[in-house]
Amino acid sequence: MATAGLNIYHLARLQAVSPDWPGGFWWHWLFFTVVIIGFVLTMVMGVIYIERRGMGRMQSRLGPNRTGPFGLLQPVADAVKVLLKENIVPAAADKLVHWLAPVIAFAPALMLFAVIPFENGALLADLNIGILYVIAISSVSTVGIFMAGWGSSNKYSLLGAMRNVAAIVSYEIPMVLAIVGVVLIAGSLSLNDIVVAQNVPFILLQPLGFLLFFAAGCAEINRSPFDLMEADSELVAGFHTEYSGMKFAMFYLVEYAEAVAISAIIATLFLGGWKGPILPPWLWFVVKIILVFFAMVWTRTTLPRIRIDQLMAFAWKFLFPMSLLNMFITALQVLAGWPTELVWVMIIVNIAVMAILVLVWSRFFFRLGGGRVEI
Amino acid sequence: MLTNYGYIGLFVIAAVLFTLFMVLIPIALRFLKIVPHNPNPIKNSTFECGMETIGKTWVQFNFHYYFYALIFLALDVLVVFLYPWAVNLRALGSASFVAVLILVSIILVGYVYAWKKKALEWK
Repeated sequence: MATAGLNIYHLARLQAVSPDWPGGFWWHWLFFTVVIIGFVLTMVMGVIYIERRGMGRMQSRLGPNRTGPFGLLQPVADAVKVLLKENIVPAAADKLVHWLAPVIAFAPALMLFAVIPFENGALLADLNIGILYVIAISSVSTVGIFMAGWGSSNKYSLLGAMRNVAAIVSYEIPMVLAIVGVVLIAGSLSLNDIVVAQNVPFILLQPLGFLLFFAAGCAEINRSPFDLMEADSELVAGFHTEYSGMKFAMFYLVEYAEAVAISAIIATLFLGGWKGPILPPWLWFVVKIILVFFAMVWTRTTLPRIRIDQLMAFAWKFLFPMSLLNMFITALQVLAGWPTELVWVMIIVNIAVMAILVLVWSRFFFRLGGGRVEI
Repeated sequence: MLTNYGYIGLFVIAAVLFTLFMVLIPIALRFLKIVPHNPNPIKNSTFECGMETIGKTWVQFNFHYYFYALIFLALDVLVVFLYPWAVNLRALGSASFVAVLILVSIILVGYVYAWKKKALEWK
């Protein structure tokens, strides 16, 4: 199976670069389109299983274990059930917007994978502005989510969607600035080049950048503890309260496809992407995605949901100054030539810098929690 | 180079078609009588605690993030300037570092002002 896939992949690449056969372009495109869609759907099913079983284990319960061996077929059963459910559209809804919202939300989540390398050079399009493309596309899903909230004609949905827009606007800046640190060291925006540049995984050179990106990424895709837009105790189900059947399933899919995408981007930027010994590169990549996703599940079960004012303050008063400082410190180190010559010094210094900055800033400038809000 | 954008453009079309296909499956199944379709006024009413919704939904909410939106605009433009610098830092040298430091400090004055004026508080 693996060797066959590899052969097709080499075939597709050879044909893509061969100028005397115009069909090569289409083979490359067709191959990677099928691979990406298949990869996203399989990974989504996998991570849903991991999240439900892992959360069950962490909360001292079993999780789904009746469908198939170890409950492995639970996502399949859910998919079939949701496919056969009635599609309910509220009478007051804006029908066209309500219907288009899942499409607009899901397409960008798929498009994120177009520039992520599965192996050295094995990606749909090796854009030389890869990471900029990722930043631009990752915010488009918000439009779909806001359309869902607006089109449902439900006050809870609209509130959830508004909160989502506020969160995206706030967390965009720290996320983008955290990436600048990586770009400074790698000297390229192409994701494949960034992976090639990682002789040492950038999580060691950029520990603070990794933490910032992880927090901002979790907020960007609305995972707990930042899932204010679908806070069950306040807003029923947030923006998808009025959705049922396949359209609800699409939003479920968007949520997990984005989680996989952010995990893949973190794996590519900070954990060395497809690099690794013994195992084939694509398997390393999948293992790293699952590791990052597991860390997300872990945060979700560990931390309680934060308040909306804390959500905004955390982005503007903690993450943003931290990411600016991180960027300037990294720039100085790059100018001094540390990433190539004094790698181990840089690792130790940066871990120390991370510890000191986080401690000092959270002690003296901004502390999350406490206080009360007047509504 | 343009080839890559061709891939992206075609992939957008494929992604949208795939998503449309997924949403259209249940509609096709409805005509085959597999997916039920029995709407009634109660089922189609807006969900709200069992009560009927009072007033219109599309009213103006007083949201506090106009301040955030303004700061976001200023900072997003800053970030656009930072990316070309970050890619080429080794070639540009320390003079560019000073230039960026000055650029960021200009924006930071506004940021500190916003913080002190409590524009970053969600009230």
